[in-house]
Amino acid sequence: MPTGRAELVEYRGDVTVDRAHRNHQLAGVVGRAAEQTNRRMLRARDAMDRAYAQPLDVPALARIAHVSEAHFSRIFRATFGETPHRYLQRRRVERAMFLLRETDLSATDICFKVGFESPGTFSRTFRDIVGRSPRAYRKEAVARDVPMCFTMAWMRPSA
Amino acid sequence: MINAITHSQVYVLDQDEAVDFYVGRLGLEVTADVDLGFMRWLTVSIPGHPERQILLEKPGAPAMSEETAQQVRELLTKGGSLIFSTDDCRKTYETLLGRGVEFTEEPTDRPYGTDCALRDPFGNSIRITQPKA
Repeated sequence: MPTGRAELVEYRGDVTVDRAHRNHQLAGVVGRAAEQTNRRMLRARDAMDRAYAQPLDVPALARIAHVSEAHFSRIFRATFGETPHRYLQRRRVERAMFLLRETDLSATDICFKVGFESPGTFSRTFRDIVGRSPRAYRKEAVARDVPMCFTMAWMRPSA
Repeated sequence: MINAITHSQVYVLDQDEAVDFYVGRLGLEVTADVDLGFMRWLTVSIPGHPERQILLEKPGAPAMSEETAQQVRELLTKGGSLIFSTDDCRKTYETLLGRGVEFTEEPTDRPYGTDCALRDPFGNSIRITQPKA
């Protein structure tokens, strides 16, 4: 009894031609599936970028991405190279960096505005990711006139 | 010397779907749609302004190996980009929202003007900016 795709092809008869054709078809199917998954995960990530100040809502994001809740985090990580939680932390820190540069809001106000639950957590996470305290960052930062999506993407603190 | 930028390019996964979006929803017009045999040369521009075109290119062989083309297609959905201008960002936003366009950022005031952001069906990011008067 054939158990896999390769065996099914051989079972059909004209091995050389069918296998090449079949592999090409399968590659196309797998490729298109990956494109579709990527697009849907991007949609979920866009939703995270809009609601960054709110707690991570995996059920809602999984629905947007058309995947099961149980698989959402794994697929997000496979697609974007980091877990949703980590992506959100770095997004919040990036937004905090933006507010520190562009506004006069206090670090404490910024902390709550971007979705952290305490100034202590905020400072610690900020320093871990950026390498200096929010206040130190503000001192040395320079405001920039750049379209928001480029700011959000390129001024994101790295891992 | 170089005196103009005439074409910019974004990758799309399907050129018919791209026309439905860029022409049908965003209101651009097709400037060129030519079957060159090895590729379909498809460009769009602002109605009445053919001097500045966007090439809607589909990644594929023989321009790149099929393996590379697949990588490009998959990367595409992770986010190319375009920036347009408008006289009225908020009005454009309302109109496009009504046409079912997916927005990632609502009209927001910035130092350089008011802008909003959306995605085409393939994941390319598009900004629409109303420059500061």
